[in-house]
Amino acid sequence: MSSTTDPRAAESAPPKRAFHPSMLLYDQRYRSITIQIFALFLLMLGAAWLIDNVINNLRLLGRTFSFNFLSQSAGYDINQRPIEYNSQMTHGRAALVGFLNTVILAVMGCALATILGVLAGVLRLSKNWIVSRLVTVYVEVFRNIPTLIWILIFGAVMAESMPAPSAFRGDDPASSMIFDAIAITNRGVYVPAILFTTELGVLPLGPVSPSLNWVLVLAVLVAGIFANKVLIDHATRVQNATGIRPKTWWKSLLVLFGPVILIFLALGAHLEYPELRGFNFVGGTHLRNSLLAMWLGLGIYTGAFIAEIVRGGILAISKGQTEAAFALGLQPGKTMRLVILPQALRVIIPPLISQYLNLTKNTSLGLAVGYMDLRSTLGGITINQTGRELEGMLLLMAVYLAISLTISGLMNVYNSRVKLKER
Amino acid sequence: MKKTVFVGALTAATFGAGMVHAQTTLETIQNRGELICGSNTGQAGFGAPDSNGVWQGFDVGFCRALGAAVLNDPNAVTFVPLTSQTRFSALASGEVDVLARNTTWTFVRDVDLNLTFVGTNYYDGQGFMVTRELGVSSALELDGATVCIETGTTTELNLADYFRVNNMSYEPVPVDTAAEAQQQYLAGACDVYTTDVSALASSRAAFAEPGDHAILPEVISKEPLGPVVRHGDDQWADIVQWTLFALIAAEELGVTSANMEELKAGGNNPEINRLLGVEGGFGEMLGLDNDWAARAIAAVGNYGELFSSTIGDQTPIGLARGLNAQWTQGGLLYAPPFR
Repeated sequence: MSSTTDPRAAESAPPKRAFHPSMLLYDQRYRSITIQIFALFLLMLGAAWLIDNVINNLRLLGRTFSFNFLSQSAGYDINQRPIEYNSQMTHGRAALVGFLNTVILAVMGCALATILGVLAGVLRLSKNWIVSRLVTVYVEVFRNIPTLIWILIFGAVMAESMPAPSAFRGDDPASSMIFDAIAITNRGVYVPAILFTTELGVLPLGPVSPSLNWVLVLAVLVAGIFANKVLIDHATRVQNATGIRPKTWWKSLLVLFGPVILIFLALGAHLEYPELRGFNFVGGTHLRNSLLAMWLGLGIYTGAFIAEIVRGGILAISKGQTEAAFALGLQPGKTMRLVILPQALRVIIPPLISQYLNLTKNTSLGLAVGYMDLRSTLGGITINQTGRELEGMLLLMAVYLAISLTISGLMNVYNSRVKLKER
Repeated sequence: MKKTVFVGALTAATFGAGMVHAQTTLETIQNRGELICGSNTGQAGFGAPDSNGVWQGFDVGFCRALGAAVLNDPNAVTFVPLTSQTRFSALASGEVDVLARNTTWTFVRDVDLNLTFVGTNYYDGQGFMVTRELGVSSALELDGATVCIETGTTTELNLADYFRVNNMSYEPVPVDTAAEAQQQYLAGACDVYTTDVSALASSRAAFAEPGDHAILPEVISKEPLGPVVRHGDDQWADIVQWTLFALIAAEELGVTSANMEELKAGGNNPEINRLLGVEGGFGEMLGLDNDWAARAIAAVGNYGELFSSTIGDQTPIGLARGLNAQWTQGGLLYAPPFR
């Protein structure tokens, strides 16, 4: 197609008229800018009025605006403490404990939701009538009832229908531990904890000081995953060159788990079993009711949404892709894993980000079952004990905003890596 | 970032809105024709709706007396159930005119939160309740126990202090309302329920088997409970304060809802005459009419009558007067003179 516009003709267009103030309103080129600047001024005026209103009202009430309360002694206890904390420490420290609890719950919830969601999304498209209907029931039931209700239901089931620790007492107890290691009670689930005989000390990182043992284990695990990736890439290169893929499964297992097991052995890892002492089980790891209720409630609820997103993503891939893969002799499982899901990911990831954000923000429902997250510590008890609603809420908003932006930033990086590369 | 600041300002303004009072609280109430009273979310004996949905109880009775004093109608009171977390914001924002719900008078609340505690209508202390089958007879045997505790309360802070001072550990189960705490406690999800002794007694009375539960002898704190108003409206604070004193003084002076009409005809006790508005014109000094205290007493009875009809020995709550007896009877109740 030939171009009809001559570049020179554009240059010799009518000369620019001299600028005149009325052009701000009547000239299309400037009008939009005028409107935007005007709107910005209105917005700033509105903000100034709001801030002035706050300052005035605070003055009328004789209140000051200060974050000093963060360095005052908190005075209250928190049951789930990922870092050291006692009631003599500051409100700031309590907020940090709450923040870590929020993060723990968000990570656990997102992991559960993703696994459930991908499974359910794929299974809902299954040709097996019973499987697909069962999954449909799961998705529809969980999607259409509010999260809070689910959290309360899981919380109530845990608290009301499980045996109390006292039921495990006596010569002929009413309840017994599973494998003598796991105790399911109405106060939570007690599982064995991993302890080390050799303690390497702690890594001083300002307010938090994680145990060096676990840092080492984590580092070795990450290194193993990285080494495994190198191994797989190598196998792919060999396959591309020779057509034969070398067996990698045993090497992968060795690289992934060998070093970790060696580290565990070297540090003298052993299990600490929970045992009934006094009022409660002592020892082991205590997964509190509140944590379990929040985890299951949020994970299963959000999983139902992710299932729909995954199903939508898969349906968005043309049926021809499946048929082509079948024609090449690929089995259904491999077709899904190698052909369909990689293409579906670019449709799945953006809405998945919103689901992760939703789940993270929904952790703030924790107070309903007594889970001490950021909302319950900083936004609940601290605000209540100090009366600093404004400061506390501003801080709370800033932290949630930061968490959300971090998640969406990380997910966007991932999204740009898996999205369709157009060459 | 700009967005955050804006959103922050918006929230801030929402918090700030409603705090500007062009009218005094009394004018607002009279124009509205209704007193709004911040109440418990449901604490049998102190403040809870009965089977007909009508709020009944000791704290509720005080609000009704106030309604009678200010609006000449003890039923022109709307009760707003508030949790321990929401009560102060609701009061500060003007959502309620007065708070009457087992709120402990503390330094920080009085001074830093800018609230005005007008007096004490119930002298309480924090205690512990356990099931009898646990076999615990003292709070000092509670090392390692799981404790249900309402968040945002003074009880929460006392609990932490008590266990730390006595070198004991505990596992807190934070809950939002008394009802939730009772449910968790009855399900055995916590060994101990701790709150003010009066509230423990009230909870226990509502249990199916009250005899299975014991309140431990230790009382670990002072909890003076009383009505609260916002800072900055002294006239309203005076009205609430002297309504409370009127109920207390009435008991001391032997004025009851039964003999009040008779006494109002005028007697030779000048203090009773001033209390009931026969002389002195005290109601007008408060911005009300002189009958205000008489109306309050007529509505709910004097302090002793209110106490015995809601939480006293003869009720399921079964609380003894104890510290809450008149100063003449060895208790702490003491109304300044009506003079």
